[in-house]
Amino acid sequence: MMPAADRAGRDQHAAGAAASAAEGSRRDPTRRDPTRRGESPAKAVLEPAEINRALTRIAHEILERTSGADDVVLLGIPTRGVPLARRLAERLEQVEGRTIPAGSLDITMYRDDLRMRPARALGHTEVPADGIDDRIVVLVDDVLYSGRTVRAALDALGDIGRPRAVELAVLVDRGHRELPIRADYVGKNLPTSQREVVRVLLAEVDGRDTVLLGEAGRVNS
Amino acid sequence: MNRHLISAGDLSLDDALLILDTADELAHMAERPVKKLPTLRGRTVVNLFYEDSTRTRISFEAAAKRLSADVINFSAKGSSVAKGESLKDTALTLEAMGADAVVIRHSASGAPRRLAGWVRGSVVNAGDGAHEHPTQALVDAFTMRRRLGRLDGLRVTIVGDVLHSRVARSNVLLLSTLGAEVTLVAPPTLLPVAVGGWPCSVCYDLDVALPKADVVMMLRVQQERMNAAYFPSVREYSRRYGLDAARMALLPDHGIVMHPGPMNRGVEIAAEVADSGRSTIVEQVANGVSVRMAVLYLLLGGSGAQQ
Repeated sequence: MMPAADRAGRDQHAAGAAASAAEGSRRDPTRRDPTRRGESPAKAVLEPAEINRALTRIAHEILERTSGADDVVLLGIPTRGVPLARRLAERLEQVEGRTIPAGSLDITMYRDDLRMRPARALGHTEVPADGIDDRIVVLVDDVLYSGRTVRAALDALGDIGRPRAVELAVLVDRGHRELPIRADYVGKNLPTSQREVVRVLLAEVDGRDTVLLGEAGRVNS
Repeated sequence: MNRHLISAGDLSLDDALLILDTADELAHMAERPVKKLPTLRGRTVVNLFYEDSTRTRISFEAAAKRLSADVINFSAKGSSVAKGESLKDTALTLEAMGADAVVIRHSASGAPRRLAGWVRGSVVNAGDGAHEHPTQALVDAFTMRRRLGRLDGLRVTIVGDVLHSRVARSNVLLLSTLGAEVTLVAPPTLLPVAVGGWPCSVCYDLDVALPKADVVMMLRVQQERMNAAYFPSVREYSRRYGLDAARMALLPDHGIVMHPGPMNRGVEIAAEVADSGRSTIVEQVANGVSVRMAVLYLLLGGSGAQQ
């Protein structure tokens, strides 16, 4: 089972905890159990300690580039960008000793491939109360791949407000961009082939921290 | 989800919760500066209304426009229907225009089902005769869940003209799928003969049903359909089945009052009840747009293949 923190909130009204958990896993196309798929043995390319170090380093880079993270708003892209944004906010708060606003930005309605698959369930969007106007928004996602998710996120941001600047932080950059987009903060550059699958697992969603790299016919991140 | 939304009974528990959860997310959008999403850009939604309607048509139109779909409004008045065009010929015309979805309201029960066999796009039932009005039931369920936090185990009492009410039938089907317990309260003449087969219980005394109800939903007395004299007088109906302030006091403290609109103030619902803090009547209209956006998105947003 997955004690999905972000989903638990949405499904609180559902009939019975077991039913809602089962639904969560069925509805969310990104939530697949990598251990159950017929992939060749996936190898862990980032261990929990390395994920921790990478996030701490990114937090410090954000502080450096934005001179103390004044005006910074962290927005995670569901599903796994959201806990990552929260973790980054905690680290920034430890250093700066004040609250850093963090939220989530669902991009489903802005995707360019909606017509290629059945309609999918929406993720949760929660923009911090003070909004994003004139702030520096740092988008946070787990894997940067084609760049299409980030393109959609930029469109979504434009409908919410007008940030002073938008930056991008990702835990893994696996290459193969299809759009002119790059990350400002990268946890790990991971050279991959397009036949491979990169899967980020996080304690908040999957019960453990790790990044897996495996072979598969179908990729999507 | 099926390709069409014709009956609330076609929705599985998963489908219904998916629509309500999606509507929850979309409801937040109404607070944003830009209340528009690009999701259905380039898709065409036709509102095909053979019967008068204000809130449903406007609500569907607003929902489609907020999703960036193109909307074509068609009302039977002033169209070829007035010249005698059949539903099928109208359907073929819409088909030729490339409608991706047809939202239909018709006075004949079953018209949406027939239409679904003639067009390639999705058909959404916006009320057919005395049969069903599934999106209104979804709006009601959504409103109940927002106010009371749950649907499972909720006790819902639906009062009034069940016989002519498509809202009542859709609500009974949907709410029982969602785990609520529905009680119908009406004079025997205003209950369908087959009500015994519905997944709900029946009671003839409103004062008995109210203390146990988390939600009481008052149905409109459809005076335009009342020529067959289903009750002796409006005044007597109002005395026995109308909701006034004294009756509202019988509800538990958290109980809410709903009405699908349009209301007959002073007949099935007293003005002081309709305007009280327990009434969700205005909320129901606001929620209508979010729920219909969710329905249009889930029917049209994807590839159209079965999930």
